[in-house]
Amino acid sequence: MKHPKEEELIAYHDGEAAGREGIAAHLGDCPECQAELARIDALLAALNTIPVPEPEEDYGQRVWQQISPRLPQRRAHWWDFLFSEPKTVPWLAPRRWVAAGGIAALVLAAFVAGRFSRSNGPSTPVAVDASKVRERILVMAVGEHLGRSEMVLVELANSGPENAGQKQVNISGEQRRAEDLLEENRLYRQTALEQGDSGLAEVLDELERVLLDVAHSPQQVTPVQLEGIRQRIEARSILFKVRVVGKELQQRSESGNAPATPSGSAKSERNKV
Amino acid sequence: MNRMRPSVETTLESDAIAVERTLAGDRDAFRVLVERHSRNVYRLAYRMTGNQQDAEEVVQEAFLRAYQKLSQFASRANFGTWVYRIAANYAIDRMRQRKSEDSNRQQPAKETEEGAEVDLMSTIPDGAPSPERLAQSGQLAVQMRLALSQLTPAERTAFVMRHWGGSGIEEIADALKSSTSAAKNTVFRSVQKLRKALEPFVERRGQARAMGTEL
Repeated sequence: MKHPKEEELIAYHDGEAAGREGIAAHLGDCPECQAELARIDALLAALNTIPVPEPEEDYGQRVWQQISPRLPQRRAHWWDFLFSEPKTVPWLAPRRWVAAGGIAALVLAAFVAGRFSRSNGPSTPVAVDASKVRERILVMAVGEHLGRSEMVLVELANSGPENAGQKQVNISGEQRRAEDLLEENRLYRQTALEQGDSGLAEVLDELERVLLDVAHSPQQVTPVQLEGIRQRIEARSILFKVRVVGKELQQRSESGNAPATPSGSAKSERNKV
Repeated sequence: MNRMRPSVETTLESDAIAVERTLAGDRDAFRVLVERHSRNVYRLAYRMTGNQQDAEEVVQEAFLRAYQKLSQFASRANFGTWVYRIAANYAIDRMRQRKSEDSNRQQPAKETEEGAEVDLMSTIPDGAPSPERLAQSGQLAVQMRLALSQLTPAERTAFVMRHWGGSGIEEIADALKSSTSAAKNTVFRSVQKLRKALEPFVERRGQARAMGTEL
């Protein structure tokens, strides 16, 4: 075989498969090409020594702070008015979707109002419709809440030291989100209990314990502590339960039917885990 | 069970959930993606632009563009690779813009012996001199930065993506908006130019090492 071209040797260095065997065989017998390849290796190795400043652990959070005010809202939901800036209704304190409390309290208030209206006289078709709308709001809101909780749990499952020498792992982002979700979770659990949805209340109760565990962990944990948190999450199979219930709520929300109690099949699926 | 790094599958799964939720209107879901991928995108951006200020701008712009184009993102693709490519694309534009600004000011983009890009030198950690530090303190470090700065934006992008980002030719072609054969040529040309500019210095260092006189 004639000497490979410079281009082919560079591609060989880069691990390209085309013509690899032929070049390898040639290199075994050709000191000239061996030397040429060694020069390419040395050059690229030298370039690897150019330092790149390592971004800090919280760099991603900093980027988010810088760009988030510039991100347009992707899609407006019809219930967005509940937590928009209260220019005309100052008592509706604006809370961020993830900051919990606000929306949950409003949904709860809507439910309480609904229960009062039902108990104070015979139901009219209008009252029944209003109740259904309120129930759908709760179904959608809890569905969103479970989606966000799922994300935090998956995040934790993904956390880990970047190398064997790293002694601490920063979970402050997950911790902050778990704190945000806790208050919201408590309100939804109480509402589910009041509505007699004990299956949903049970899952929310288990989720609350996990969120508490995460929220009360130190911001920096050792790999062993992190593994402990993960094992507690896994022991409760909470991620699976959250997904099952989330899916069920999504189906309820899409079908427009909001049964007061969970379907038997969904309940039995939850109970499997 | 020892889990040192998240598996590719769980990261992809978590990314896919975040993308889906962002598209459904939950803007905060995008935060997960930003927090997870920013550092990686920064490393690419820094290698491409060669300075901290431009690198940070590239990172921000890449995520803003990713958010705007998210509906075009194929849900089964890898978000990390996708945003990396958007960053590479923007970095090329940024470098071209810088070059044109420099030429308008009639300031040749040449570095002095002390190095015009001061932040590169200042990032070398203090402490005992490692072989890398010794290499950086010498003339080779200055020459390497000079040689990289003299590549065209496309060549620099191709080189960084290929040799530091481990990108495939198709991915590079996509970032350069060229054919795969053109991208291959650009990678080759970049290495060829770097060899021409740097091999005398690399060989000199090799000889100095062999003689135990490297500083």
